[in-house]
Amino acid sequence: MYPSRRTPTLWGVTVSSVTDVRAGLQANGYLPDDGVTTAVYLSLSLGRPLFLEGEAGVGKTELAKTIARWRGAPLIRLQCYEGIDISQAVYDWDYSRQLLHLRAAEASGEAKEAGTTALENQLYSERFLVKRAILRAITDESNTPPVLLIDEIDRADDEFEAYLLEVLSDFQVTIPEIGTYVAKQPPVVVLTSNRTRDVHDALKRRCLYHWVEHPDFEREVSIVRAKVPSVDVSLAAQVAAAVGSLRAMNLYKPPGIAETIDWATALGRLGTSVLDESVVEATLGTVLKYKEDHDRVRELGIAAMVKQALDRGLLHG
Amino acid sequence: MSTTTTGSTSFFELRSGPERIAVVFARVLRQAGLTAPLDSVLTFIAALEQLGIDSRDNVYWAGRASLIGRPEDISLYDRAFAVFWEHRETPEYFDDDEQLKVSIVLDDEDAASEGVANPSDDPTITVRFSRVETLQHKDFASYSDDELDIARQLMGRLKLIGPYRRSLRRAPTRRRAQSTDVRRTLRASFASDGELIRRRFTAPDERPRRIVLLLDVSGSMEPYARALVRFVHAAVVGRQRVEAFTLGTRLTRITRELNSRDPDIALRRASDSVADWSGGTRLGETLRHFNDRWGTRGMARGAVVVVLSDGWDRGSPDVLAEQMQRLGRVAHRIVWVNPLKVTPGYAPLARGMAAALPYVEDFIEGHSLDALQHLTKVISNA
Ligand SMILES: Nc1ncnc2c1ncn2[C@@H]1O[C@H](COP(=O)(O)OP(=O)(O)O)[C@@H](O)[C@H]1O
Ligand SMILES: [Mg+2]
Repeated sequence: MYPSRRTPTLWGVTVSSVTDVRAGLQANGYLPDDGVTTAVYLSLSLGRPLFLEGEAGVGKTELAKTIARWRGAPLIRLQCYEGIDISQAVYDWDYSRQLLHLRAAEASGEAKEAGTTALENQLYSERFLVKRAILRAITDESNTPPVLLIDEIDRADDEFEAYLLEVLSDFQVTIPEIGTYVAKQPPVVVLTSNRTRDVHDALKRRCLYHWVEHPDFEREVSIVRAKVPSVDVSLAAQVAAAVGSLRAMNLYKPPGIAETIDWATALGRLGTSVLDESVVEATLGTVLKYKEDHDRVRELGIAAMVKQALDRGLLHG
Repeated sequence: MSTTTTGSTSFFELRSGPERIAVVFARVLRQAGLTAPLDSVLTFIAALEQLGIDSRDNVYWAGRASLIGRPEDISLYDRAFAVFWEHRETPEYFDDDEQLKVSIVLDDEDAASEGVANPSDDPTITVRFSRVETLQHKDFASYSDDELDIARQLMGRLKLIGPYRRSLRRAPTRRRAQSTDVRRTLRASFASDGELIRRRFTAPDERPRRIVLLLDVSGSMEPYARALVRFVHAAVVGRQRVEAFTLGTRLTRITRELNSRDPDIALRRASDSVADWSGGTRLGETLRHFNDRWGTRGMARGAVVVVLSDGWDRGSPDVLAEQMQRLGRVAHRIVWVNPLKVTPGYAPLARGMAAALPYVEDFIEGHSLDALQHLTKVISNA
């Protein structure tokens, strides 16, 4: 049940160490810290799903995408939402094609001949089955098993979680009319949650859990540099420092890495090299999404924030 | 082999490093108040087999990935890990099942968070934690700030819903029900010569009831509100369909503030609006506001409404009674949690409470963690 291979081989590629993982992620544009790297390594080597939880914009979804890129594996993404159920996540029947088939059978007289039961068997066969993300991941025949991203599981309902727990335990799906599909090679599964509510412990325990934090200053500077090469180190450092200050202000929506990148891009385009109050005021909209947050930042003082950013940023650059 | 470690294998027989480390460390964590269930410990062992046990970082992250499932537990984990790692080479601490003792020192005075071994030869690991266990019955009003922090962690574990409803197979079942509908549709369409007939869905609506929490933040509630707001916070982040408001001299909706933020800040914002801290509040008026603006428009409809208040009301008892009646007509159930309920001599003083009681289905205590635990049971059975 818990494989313990010292040099795990997945998909014919050896994942021999945490260092391999770090290199693989970095080469594909993701700058991980030690915690993320170790969690990914364990997930791959133990064949267990990876559960990533953290505030919006800390890089959860991007990590799953990067793993797929790195492994050269197809990415199958299931975006969760309130009320999502089996017919949207696992499989459904193609109702209109079933009806067409039925009419054709009637027109040709085949329906009367074959009888209701035989016709039903035809209608509920693989031919009319619509595979959704989970079933697609289980039946995927690519050379490298796919990465199944179950994104924002916290938006789905309890019942769906319970069902997922089952699927993730044995990687099989049973369709009463057809039979049971068993994954030949289990997909790499990544679940994410923004923690708008707690996901059940049982599901988390099935996985390796990692709480994803906002990046520290150094790493955020590196991420900006990697994503927006036109922005120089000094500006990247000022922006990262300013975003760090914003995150400490208890905003409704603290800026994520995407906002840092957007802000740096905008400032770069404006030709800014040193932050000042007016340019921050003018571009703050790329970072903050709520009016209340704007008010709060103004109330706490943009000038002080800029000063901090300069101290830290210029020192760094 | 390694992977068959179960509760029946005695600790004494565990020879290999990863197993020993995992079992002992899990025990330290449990003593510290974390759950560390067996399946997580098995995962930890498997993780250690991959990563080895020599590097502190590797062992640390292996444990984080397998034994922790909530950010609130990280600081506890960190403290336990620091102590454990320091003593891991001391065989007398770990070699004998009988002898392993982890003692949790009540950490009243200080900031020193790392543990120390007893000076004697007694093989006891001492981990300093605050008084988790003793908190259970303690009155919120006598909590220190540190204790409030711990209480918040404990409250995070109080779940407003019980375990999964027995619905593991419900989704596929619903699926089958739907297929049957299609079949019936098809049969009907045979009968009517292939005429298209709309298929109907009959999925049952089994969503959990909404819970509306109304927290009194007036002056008289001050010693309790700062503890109770943590409970409300845990409830809001803990599940869907929970709404939270504060009642003071006016009504403030705090669901959004609580969703991802520090409950203290939400409380401060809400209580900034309380003009008169020394007196009672105007419960009846505020409740009218709730009914007008939210309650009877839908939010309270079919919901479990929980009022957390001592029932001191400066306004007219008639207004409160009238508003409770309005609320009672739409709500599924009204629960009143009163932290002063256990205080002797309190009852006759609170006119408001007396006026409200006829409309309350459950009237319960709310002064301690134990009382709140009881509250979660009442709510989930409501
Ligand atoms: N460690 C990282 N290295 C590089 N880019 C990152 C990293 N983390 C986040 N990003 C960037 O931040 C953006 C937002 O991250 P995303 O994965 O969408 O966040 P989440 O899913 O946690 O809400 C991504 O598009 C990516 O560009
Ligand atoms: Mg995302």
